[in-house]
Amino acid sequence: MTDETLLKRPLYDLHVSAGGKMVPFAGYSMPVQYPLGIMKEHLHCREKAGLFDVSHMGQCYIRSVNAGDPAKALEKLMPGALAVLKPGKMRLTLLLNDEGGIEDDLMVTRTFDADETLYVVVNAACKDKDYSIIEDKLGSQVVIERLDEHALLALQGPQAESILAEFAPEVAGLSFMESTMVTLEGTICRVSRCGYTGEDGYEISVPQEEASAFAERLLRHDDVEWIGLGARDSLRLEAGLCLSGHDFNADTSPVEANLNFVLGKKRREAGDFPGGARILAELANGALKKLVGILPGGRAPAREGAEIADMDGNIIGIVTSGGFGPTMGAPVAMGYVPADFAADGTDIQLIVRGKPLPAKVAKTPFVAQRYKRKKIS
Amino acid sequence: MLKFTEDHEWLNIEDGVATVGITDHAQNALGDIVFVELPEVSADFNKGDDAAVVESVKAASEVYAPISGTITEINTVLEGKPDNVNSSPMDDGWFFKMTVADASELESFMDETAYGEYVAGLE
Repeated sequence: MTDETLLKRPLYDLHVSAGGKMVPFAGYSMPVQYPLGIMKEHLHCREKAGLFDVSHMGQCYIRSVNAGDPAKALEKLMPGALAVLKPGKMRLTLLLNDEGGIEDDLMVTRTFDADETLYVVVNAACKDKDYSIIEDKLGSQVVIERLDEHALLALQGPQAESILAEFAPEVAGLSFMESTMVTLEGTICRVSRCGYTGEDGYEISVPQEEASAFAERLLRHDDVEWIGLGARDSLRLEAGLCLSGHDFNADTSPVEANLNFVLGKKRREAGDFPGGARILAELANGALKKLVGILPGGRAPAREGAEIADMDGNIIGIVTSGGFGPTMGAPVAMGYVPADFAADGTDIQLIVRGKPLPAKVAKTPFVAQRYKRKKIS
Repeated sequence: MLKFTEDHEWLNIEDGVATVGITDHAQNALGDIVFVELPEVSADFNKGDDAAVVESVKAASEVYAPISGTITEINTVLEGKPDNVNSSPMDDGWFFKMTVADASELESFMDETAYGEYVAGLE
């Protein structure tokens, strides 16, 4: 794909002027890093606050066309408890195919609209596919209203709350996985307390006309730096968060991908989602393979596609995400192994450039998540 | 005698032994280097063989043997301090030393001025 055919999002010029290194990503020209470099960007986000442009992701409203609950309709394709979402609450869920494989993961938010409309964010590489699956299967019940004219910024890190609260004090009152409309610099924006770094923080949906000015305003803060997609990947990997299409794909079930937490309790009892028979059987009996965290023993990173071997050298699995974790100061990876090898501490080997390197199965997240969860009162 | 290749490696040739590393342009393009895999001492390479690997946070890249020869020494400091390649690519960040099996292979390389112009032409 040549640069000419790549799509540009509203903050493109701002990235170029900030020295962002623009690369093709899911058909868009997006910044992979800035002059600070991936390592320092990563550490800055964990220490202070990082600003990410994730406008390539798909944002949409999903509305009912028959006065029903659009979340109830989505539950036909997704295994999460969505119909129970109260206004302002959000949830990670999965778009499943008929075999129970994961087409994509997505964030579903119940808006405060009287018609129970949902605000949904899907992965950039999957958006056309996701929208067409939903329209094909649920077209008589819901309509998708794409928000392509909105930028999506993420402000992540321990300083994110205090910095965003300078613009709108009420954002401090949001807990993890809550979302509301907030006026920022005179513009009504959707602010959601979530992210993809393991840190506390927000995602901010901004009308494209206002997006650059708002990003520049945030960047004037001493503690805010642009963070590119490179550090976004190392941050999410340290936090043990899956990358759609890599750590799971259309063949992988939620149980295999270690995403049991997205399966609603009542949904499990009912089994009323695509691939229900397979997924319930895997819940009862265990899946044949499982996504696990992996800590290589040495300093050599094992990248996506590296084979995993047992201690006798038999190939048993594959690395699906891997690289260097700047906060860990060491390589980290995730990959699939047979159930017998999935216990924490199991010795395995990673085949890197033809050589077996010692590694251990390890708990994720590698770096503790620091979400601001609601206190149980 | 300092020489540069189009693959952004440098060679400093003294007494028939070439010290090899990657250039400032190369380290800058790779970004933060987190791991360097070096060849074995006494390994033989032909010009263009994969001799070492340099890994940034994002990706792994091969370092080629710029000439044919035998490895005489490796910079073991890089095993613990791979970021020396970023901070001092032309000095502390050297990768390995190798014999010059065929001096004619050096003829096509650039001197510092020519390499500077070559890099300027890429940007």
